[in-house]
Parts: sequence; C-alpha cells; structure tokens
Amino acid sequence: MDTIHACFKEKIGEVLLPGDVFSFRLPESGDGSIKSEKIICGPGLRRNGEEVRVCKSGILRHKQPNMYWIDSQQRRYVPAKGESVIGIVTTKSGDVFKVDVGGSEQASLSYLAFEGATKRNRPNVQVGDLVYGQFTIANKDMEPELVCIDSCGRANGMGVFGADGLLFKVSLGLVRRLLAPQSEIIKDLEKIFPFELVVGMNGRVWVKAKTVQQTLIVTNLLETSENMTSQQRQTLFKRVAEGSL
Amino acid sequence: MRDTPLSNCERLFLLKAIEQKKRLDGRETYDYRNIKISFGSDYGCCSVELGKTRVFCQVSCELVPPKDSRPTEGIMFFNLELSPMASPAFEPNRQSELLVTLNRQLERCLRNSKCIDTESLCVVSGEKVWQIRVDVHVLNHDGNLMDAASIAAISALSHFRRPDVAIQGRDVTVFSPEERDPIPLSIYHMPICVSFAFFLQGSYLLVDPCEREERVKDGLVIAMNKHREICSIQSSGGIMLLKDQVLRCSKIASVKVSEITELINKALENDRKIRKEGGKFGFAESMPKERITTLKRDEVPVEMTDVKETANDIVNSTETTTEAVPSPVLVGMGTAQIGEGIVNSWALEEDEEDESQTEDRKTDEVMLISDSEEEEVVILHEEAQKSTNTSGEK
Repeated sequence: MDTIHACFKEKIGEVLLPGDVFSFRLPESGDGSIKSEKIICGPGLRRNGEEVRVCKSGILRHKQPNMYWIDSQQRRYVPAKGESVIGIVTTKSGDVFKVDVGGSEQASLSYLAFEGATKRNRPNVQVGDLVYGQFTIANKDMEPELVCIDSCGRANGMGVFGADGLLFKVSLGLVRRLLAPQSEIIKDLEKIFPFELVVGMNGRVWVKAKTVQQTLIVTNLLETSENMTSQQRQTLFKRVAEGSL
Repeated sequence: MRDTPLSNCERLFLLKAIEQKKRLDGRETYDYRNIKISFGSDYGCCSVELGKTRVFCQVSCELVPPKDSRPTEGIMFFNLELSPMASPAFEPNRQSELLVTLNRQLERCLRNSKCIDTESLCVVSGEKVWQIRVDVHVLNHDGNLMDAASIAAISALSHFRRPDVAIQGRDVTVFSPEERDPIPLSIYHMPICVSFAFFLQGSYLLVDPCEREERVKDGLVIAMNKHREICSIQSSGGIMLLKDQVLRCSKIASVKVSEITELINKALENDRKIRKEGGKFGFAESMPKERITTLKRDEVPVEMTDVKETANDIVNSTETTTEAVPSPVLVGMGTAQIGEGIVNSWALEEDEEDESQTEDRKTDEVMLISDSEEEEVVILHEEAQKSTNTSGEK
C-alpha cells in the first residue's frame, strides 16, 4: 500500500510552490493490513499533522528508497549542522575565534578544535585567514559553532588554508552541483588545466591555479556556468581549453 | 548587518593580480565598465548603471524665498542617500563616513563648479526664487559610487524641465505643464567625476575600481573634468603622490570625461527624439524585453472508445448535400453558368457559419478549447535590439 509514494511520485520533477499540500487520508479501520511507511522529508517539506506541506518553491526530487526534498535556488546561507563551510576569521578573543560564515551570526571556533592543538601548542591562525570546518551546533536559537576536527580527532582536510588563491561567492545551487558525487562541471574543468579547489556549502569557493591568469579563468568559468545548460558549458570550456593552449 | 570581511588571501591575490596588470573581470587598467543611462517618464528622473553599480537620481523644483546674502540667485540643494538595499554594510539613518564624503564631493562638484546658472532661477528678486533639489539614491553598490552619482546627477539636471513663469508687476503666474511647455535649466557645462585607485604605495593605478578593488586600495584621487577644465580634485587615504602622477591622471580623466559626456548627450538626444515623436518613453521601455511567456499543457488523453458510433451518427444526421448541376448552361458568348447563385451570406451572423464547420471536424483531432489569454512562446530578441529605447550604451 504505497499511497504516499504514489502521491509524491506524480509530482517528482515538477515545480511546486509554498503552500502546496500532500494529504494522505488514512484508510478505513476495517482494512486489516496497515503497513507503516517511513518517508524522509528533506529541505523544503514540512509535516503538519497528517499532511506534508511544501514551504519552499522549487522542484521535487526523489532518492531511493524513501527520501523526498525540494531543490530550491537561493544565495543566502543558513547554517545547518554537519555542513562543511569556508569561513573568514574576524576576531581572536581569548580562546575562541569568531568566524564569518555568511549567515546572520558569526560562528565561534575554539582554538582547541584543530588537529594536534593543546593549551601550549596553539594553532597558527590570524585574523583574515580562511578556515574550512564543520558545524557541530547550528540551530536558530544558538550561536553556531565550528570545529576543524572530526570525531576521531583527525583533521581530514579541514583547518586553515589558502595563503594564495582567490575566494569568491556563488549560489547554493551551484555549490550542491559541484559537490555531487559525479559532478560534470568538475570533470569538464579538470580537462582544461590543473587547479586546487575548496568548496564550502555556504556558497564560498576557493580556487588556486598555477598562474594568476589561470585562477581568474577558473573563477569566471565557475561563475558563469551557473546559468548555462551542460551543452553550452561544454562548448565554452572547449573554447577556453583551445585558447589557453 | 555587517559586510563580509575581506580575507587575507583575497587581498594578496588582488594585489598580485594588479602587479601583473590583471583585473578580476578582465578589464584593462584604464577601462570603464559598461555605462547605461536611462530616463524615466518624468522630467528629471535618471537611472545610471555602471557595471553592477546602480544609482537613481530625481530632480525637483519649488518656489521659495531666497537666501538673504544672495537675493538674486536660486538655490541648489543636493542630497545623496545610501539605501540599505545597496549593500549589507549600509544601515538606514546612520551617518557613515562614506556618506559624508560622497555628499560633500557631489556638492563641490556641482555647486562650486557653477555648472548651473543660478541667476536664471530667480523669479522675483528678494522674494521668490526656484529651489532645485537633486536627490541621488544608491540602489546597488559594486564600487565607484562617486562616478555613477555624478553622472546621474548631471544627466538628471540636463533632463529636467522647470515650469514656465510669467511676471506682471508683482504678480507671478506659474504655468502647469499642460498650459505651457516647461523650460530646461541653463547648464553651462557638465562636470563629471572620474575615480582613480592607487595600490602599493602609488605604483599601480586603476580606473573605475569595483567593490573588491576598492577595499584593497591605498588612496583615491577623484578629478573632475568637463572641457578639459578641472572642476575639483580630491585625494583621500593620505597617499603621497608625485606631480607627474597627478598630471597623468588628469590626462586620462579628460579622455574619459569626453567619452562619458558624449554618452550622456546621446542618451538625452534619444529621449528628446522619442518624446517629440510621441513614442513611448520611460524606464519600462528601456529595459530589454526578453520575455518568455508559455502555456505548457500536458497531453490530455481523449476518450476514443465510441468514436465510430458518434462519427456515424453525426454523418447520418447531417443534411444531404444538394444535387450537383449536371452541366453548365450557356448564357452568352463566352459566358456559362453552373448552378443557381446562392443567397448573399454577408449579412449572416458568424455563429451560424462556425456551427456548420464543427460538425464536420474529425474526432481524432484533439481540440484545445481554452479561453486563456496567454500567448505562445514569444522571445522578442529582435524587438530588444531595434527597440527605440532611451538608453545610451557604451
């Protein structure tokens, strides 16, 4: 009995607006076999008693076996627990750094939350440096907290970085496309020339290539590939690759 | 709200790029961004886009008593406002240093250069003069607000028309725009600000800095020029400049100003021509119309089970056609007549004709009956290119 799945299925891939409702009427009590289904409502969907409401405008997406979410476009970041972001250190006060992550509040980062940091051995972080970290606390009632260390105590790629290179901002939708497992944009970009890339879920991207010109090229390509179809993007990248050779 | 701070790596990268003569958006060192000037439907309303920086200006006038020290001169009042929608760093009702600097610079630019003839604004000496009020609003901040504000202010002043007045003895009659055409202000020349940004203790120079470049710059020189006459120079940031650097800047500025003045004049001319021809003018016309209006509808399944029976019924119930006339009847030399003439159908209502047509329609054709007023896909590229817009593009 998958009435719920059927309800959702006909709307997968369609544009939904806030206020759209999926209501599931429970079957009559005479029916003996009532299987309980578990649906995971992702961002943009909210349960409201017996119905699921859409609260963001976007396209309904589905992932097997039972995950549904709304794919929406926005540029402003709202901190969420577990997401890895690029932050800029703004102040150093005592034991805690204040980091700007693009949200409404600055996040706090303790100096002990780095790999190999002790009270005697402080990490080398200055004001204005870039840090890549994860949120441990990020809800609407408290100040968000970042750490540059995972649960085992290892850095795992996080920490201070970026003496060189360029930081720029893109929309959150593009960031998700870049971070997808088999991202076409990254694959296409790799073919042009080698570069280092750090992508934060708050829309910030850091790029470093061998020369300043190449870094600028990658920056501009990433910024423009937001609104292009994959066809247009591939022709553009091909043109750039031929031009730079 | 606070603005995002500039990270060290951005600063270093920008300076390194400038050393190699590269800018973030690929411009050359002396290049301006794309300037777009458009006028609104009211006189004196102007919007200027310098790349992504957007500035809006409105000029208005009022009859007031003059200042005691200058009874025969009109009054000019300038006001620049940083709207919070321009940047997260701008908060409403807060006097920041940037606001004061911009206001002061705009005043010096337009008032002290005497570009407007204030004597002509006098109506009755000592009693009534025109007060011209220039309000500039910054709508989006992407660097170089001063240039955009000065271009907007002088364009709006050139575009503005004040009401006509007639003086008979001590009576002053102010005519409304319908009674008599409003008169333009008498403007002697067009002063325009050109901003320069210096980096690394004055070794490198950039024209028209964008927002990120502005954060990294050391000092800034604004020189204003019209016909190769400097109206004002301002240097901020405490940077030491050599004499030949300042001279070089003024030479660059004179070239840029002549280009910008030509652009403003072209935009004004366009607008004037459109108004005279009676065409549509205003902001709505100067926006490119890349409109996609579509009505997408999914395929509608059609019930086809009893099509054959319905078709047969319809065919059987229609009237039999009239018999064909066997052969033409010869009327005269070279003239033949086939059948009788039919009744003149011009006076018939159109409904009757439609009904006879729908009966014969085949049923396997899906009819889209919709009274929606939306059009099909319309992409008006060609219209946007040849549209008579009032903007001048660089």
